[in-house]
Parts: sequence; C-alpha cells; structure tokens
Amino acid sequence: MNEFDQMYREVILDHYKNPRGHGTIEGADAEAEGQNPLCGDEVSIYVAFGEDGETIDEVKFSGRGCAISQAATSMLMEMVQGRTATEVSVLEKDELLEEIGIPLTPVRLKCAMLGLTTLKVALHKAKGTPLPQGLAGFDELELI
Amino acid sequence: MAVAAGKAKLDARALRADFPIFEQQIHGKPLAFLDSAASSQKPRQMLEAMTEFYSTSYANVHRGVYVLAERATAALEGAREKVRAFVNAPDVREIIFVRNATEAINLVAYSWGLNNLGPGDLVVVTELEHHSNFVPWQYIAGRVGAELALIPLTEEGELDLSSLPEIARKGNIKVVATNQVSNSLGTINPVERLVTWAHEQGAIFVCDAAQSAPHMTVDVQALGADFVAISGHKMCGPSGVGALWGRSEHLLAMEPFLTGGHMISSVRADKTTWGELPHKFEAGTAPMAEAVGLGAAIDYLNAAGLDAIHDHEQELAAYALGRLADVPGITLYGPPAERRAGIVSFNIEGIHPHDVAQILDMQGVAIRAGHHCCQPLMQKLGVAATNRASFYLYTVREEIDQLVDGLAAVHKVFA
Repeated sequence: MNEFDQMYREVILDHYKNPRGHGTIEGADAEAEGQNPLCGDEVSIYVAFGEDGETIDEVKFSGRGCAISQAATSMLMEMVQGRTATEVSVLEKDELLEEIGIPLTPVRLKCAMLGLTTLKVALHKAKGTPLPQGLAGFDELELI
Repeated sequence: MAVAAGKAKLDARALRADFPIFEQQIHGKPLAFLDSAASSQKPRQMLEAMTEFYSTSYANVHRGVYVLAERATAALEGAREKVRAFVNAPDVREIIFVRNATEAINLVAYSWGLNNLGPGDLVVVTELEHHSNFVPWQYIAGRVGAELALIPLTEEGELDLSSLPEIARKGNIKVVATNQVSNSLGTINPVERLVTWAHEQGAIFVCDAAQSAPHMTVDVQALGADFVAISGHKMCGPSGVGALWGRSEHLLAMEPFLTGGHMISSVRADKTTWGELPHKFEAGTAPMAEAVGLGAAIDYLNAAGLDAIHDHEQELAAYALGRLADVPGITLYGPPAERRAGIVSFNIEGIHPHDVAQILDMQGVAIRAGHHCCQPLMQKLGVAATNRASFYLYTVREEIDQLVDGLAAVHKVFA
C-alpha cells in the first residue's frame, strides 16, 4: 500500500462522506468554534452533559473543510461519547491519532487536530478551567 | 540563438536542464512543479554565482580597504546596477535592496505613509491584492486615522475601473497601491491607467511588481509609478533579497525605515544624520551574496528574453485553461488567457483544495492550495481556498498534462 492509499484509506473517506454526529445541539452546555486559517477548515462543536453535569451525553459538530479535518472530527465524536468532560479536556492527541491511523505531515496534523482542540476549548470554557499549555502549540488555529 | 520572424521563441525544455531541482523524482514520478508564483526554482548559473562570490570575493562591503572588501563592494554595486537596468530606473541610487517585496512596501508605508497620511486621507488598494500590499496600508492607515478603500473586481476577476469616480468622492486620495499581476488569478492589471488616475487625484502610486517582474518587462519610467517593489526569489534569484525602486524626489524627502549601521552620515551623542541614497534605507549588513545571486538571475532572465518568457507562459495558460475546462466539476477563476499571466486558480466541486493538492503531490505534481495570502479575494469569490497552478520559463506542457491526469485520480479517490 503506498502513502497515497494510506492517507485516503476507506475509513477516512467513509467518515468524510458520512460524518458521525453531524449537526448542532440547541442550548448546548458547551460549545466552541475553531478555524484553521491556513486552509480555511472550520469546525463548531456542541456538547450536552448528562444529569451529573460531567458525562458527555451528546456531542455534535458542524463545519466544512478538507477530508482529514472533517473525518478526524467525525471519529472524535464517536470516541468521546459517554466519557467525562474532565477526562476529554486533557485527552492525549495520540489517542485520536491512533484512531485516525494514517501518516500525517505537519500541515495535515493541524487539520486532524482542529476538532479535538476545539472540543477541548469548549469543555474548558464550560467548566471555567484555564486552557492547558498543550494547546499553545496550535497558535495558527483561531479559537473562538 | 536563431531569430525567426522578429522574435525568438523560448525553448523551455533546454532551459529546464539548467535547473537541478528537476533531476529528481517525487514519489517515483517526474516532478511537475506548478507553484512558481509562490517561489521559482533556481538555475545552476545563479547558484554558481553565489558560490563563486562566497568562495573568492567575500568580505563585508563599503568599509574595508583591503582587496576582498573592494571585490565584495563591486559585486554588490554591480548587482544594483543590474537591477536598475532590469527595471529601467533613471538612477542607480534609486534602487534599494530589501529582503522581499513585503519589506519594500512596508518601507514605503512607514517612511512615506506615517509622515504624509492623516485623518480624512484615503489609501486605495484592490480586492486582488496580496496581503503584502494590503496589510501594511491597512495598518498604517489605521495608525494615522486615514481610510482604506478597495477597487472592486468584475465577475471575470479584473479591476472594475467604473468604480473609480465613486472612490474618488470618498476622501482625499493620497496613495494608490496595486499589483501589476495578481498572484491568485493571474490578472494583468492596467497599471499605466491607474497611475494616471492616481496622479490626477494628487496621489502617489505604489506598484507591487513581485508577480510581474519575473515574467514580463517592467519599465518603471514607462509605468510612471512612484514606487515599484520586486522580489528576488520569484525570479530565479535567492530568497532574502528584493528591491524597491522609488523616485529620488520621494526618497530624499522621506525619513529612514530602519536605523543603525551603514545608513548614517554622522553619529553624535545628541544627533545622527542620515547617509546618501540608497544607503539611508539600507541599515545593517546588506544581503550581499543574495544580491549577487539576484544579479545573476537577472542575467539569466535577460538571456532567455522577458518577452519570450511572457509569450511562453500565456501559451501555457491558454493550454491549461483548455485542458482543465474538460475536468468534471471544475470552476476556473480569473480572466481569459489573453489577459492573464501564467497562473490558473480553480476548485473541484465537493473536494477541498488541501485534499486535491495532497493527492496530486503523490503523483509528483506540486500545486498550491490555500488562500494565497489573498483572504479579501477569497471572501469576494465566496470560497475558503482555491487550487492554483502557476508556470514559468521552465514549465513544459507535459507538466500540465500530469496535472490533468492527477485530477482524474483525485476524482477516483473521492468518487
């Protein structure tokens, strides 16, 4: 299998064409919008917590962009469903990268991380906790 | 070189052999380099000139009395003269070496703008500008309370000159700043006409020639502009050097941009006086080897012939537009081939430019995907990004064929 087939392997294209958790949540408990101005990828993420105010009961995203950014965010939606806000707000990026499972160049890594970074911002904003240093590596992303 | 029917035709295949970059394969495929608008590849002649300078003539310029310092100074000043002749400037002291076209325009925006712009004044740029000729003006206008106005585009991606009277009513126009060729759409702008209009308004005209000077004859006296900026790395020269030409009447009246070593006449504890042109605007050690490389690049372009380069690229643009028009789901941006330089921007329906460019890369095709430092233009086109293929004197038709074949593979992946 060559690099080209790996990057656009079937699972990536499937998530891109049939994104999981695509949509918005009215009156979401947590939400944030992220952009990658380098290529114009945009992702908005919405989270509804369960009764404990902690468990991610429902999570959705909307946006547009390249296949890698949209597929990675779609995979993320499945990964974090049912987990706690505290846990996800410090989720290691390697966990998502393993799930994506393709070699990424530094530029494309930013595409792949847009959803996770935006989700973390949403959770920190909702909890009133400061953004961790780890997010500082993504200066190019505009986080609203 | 045999000259038939008045004008020599460019032999791109022969010139290509001068560029070592093409001696490799990318992902096992021949390299189709279609991103010369971002930066051009380098001919061996230019690389050798820089190596020769470092190997035989290197020392700091202008100060030493020893032979190497004299050689280095002669090389730097020789390069300045080559730039002067290249843009047909009347006086070599009007050629200022800078890092790139962005720095050239910042020099004018700061040194001229801060002292000549104020509330009620208007700086006119266009929707087609590269950020290099947009952001400095927006920033300086904001600092002094002046306004920024944009000449809008027509549907074909050309400047809508019918908007000029309305813009003139908005305020006291002091600066008109436009590019000669758009780096995004390849549009060739009617600079002479805009210069006339600017001068009628009592404004200066600043021309960003970064995308035109590598590909067509730029004659600052024929243009009639007040300032012209060029960039070395886009015209077969090294990165880190560009040039600003300015009318000496302006340059003499302007404050310096950067201060420090070399740009002074005398320094005392209470007062410093500035050096003569061009040194007043060249603080610090000059990009010496880079300037020598730029001089060699100019020799190379002159030998190929700027008119022949321009004709070659327009032929390629027409060929590319013809072949790309048959690609399913394609949207092509910009004017018809006869009114554009060798730049073609496009989008493929439903496929993000990043994905298009990534899959093309796997087939050895290098194109640019993004906003091309033209976010106001992208907003106008209503897209986040485009794909852009751009050509130069070493581009051959097979590279465009490779692009079109590559797009078929893109469709296959996203089918």
